[in-house]
Amino acid sequence: MANSANLDPSAWVDRYGDFLFRYALLRMRDRSAAEDLVQETFLAALKDRGSFSGNSSESTWLVGILKHKIADHFRRQAREAPLEDSDLREHPDPSSFDGSGHWTSGPTDWGGNPADLYREKKFLDQFMECLAGLSRNHANAFTLREIEGADTGEICKVLSVTETNLWVILHRARMLLRRCLEANWFEKGVKKGS
Amino acid sequence: MFSCKEVTQLISESMDISLPIGKRIGMRLHLLICKFCSRYERQLLLIRETVRRIAAMEDAYGSPIGEHLSEEAKERIRKSLGNP
Repeated sequence: MANSANLDPSAWVDRYGDFLFRYALLRMRDRSAAEDLVQETFLAALKDRGSFSGNSSESTWLVGILKHKIADHFRRQAREAPLEDSDLREHPDPSSFDGSGHWTSGPTDWGGNPADLYREKKFLDQFMECLAGLSRNHANAFTLREIEGADTGEICKVLSVTETNLWVILHRARMLLRRCLEANWFEKGVKKGS
Repeated sequence: MFSCKEVTQLISESMDISLPIGKRIGMRLHLLICKFCSRYERQLLLIRETVRRIAAMEDAYGSPIGEHLSEEAKERIRKSLGNP
């Protein structure tokens, strides 16, 4: 009880609202869905104040609740729109390979050392646009794996897919994202600072 | 010997699981001699690294830049917390 007495719900929105919103938006790609989930997170936290142990900070505790809500959201989406054949087509980019499986037009040279990309807001915008262009199952699988850092076993449970299907989905998602970034960022000569 | 098409699938799998030794060696041998596939692998790893750094930056508490909840949303959430 002493621990939950340290919580100050009246200050939550001002202290953690933007923080939780950014977290949700990066994973859900939908502003109003992200807003709703932030609200649900605060309401769940308020109801469940007793579970705050005081071992972690208030922000870590709230993010933990939000993470569960996001997984629920993905689970619901997977139930509503199960995998389609097109999600599993073996080769997402057939035009890149000839009949014997060699590149017809290989990846282009991205030049220099683009390791600073993560600092560029415009790159983030382009990345989110490319991610949103994938099918929902692909985008959610990629998000869970690369943004959330979940392992494949967890992702299979959330998305209700077999491990073999998940590998195909992730392969396809990575290939399409790479091509989208190449076409819309690297080949357009959008260089840092410009 | 694996084809480029097969190797792109193996590159992706190797980012999620530890490949069986035969596949791993086959993939590495291919990458040694194939400019496009090794470029493909570098680019996928760059995307992974960049996405992780973006997530670390966006998820940092108190990050002053980036997206914000709108004032309307804040007001709505405050109200709902006042009358749960």
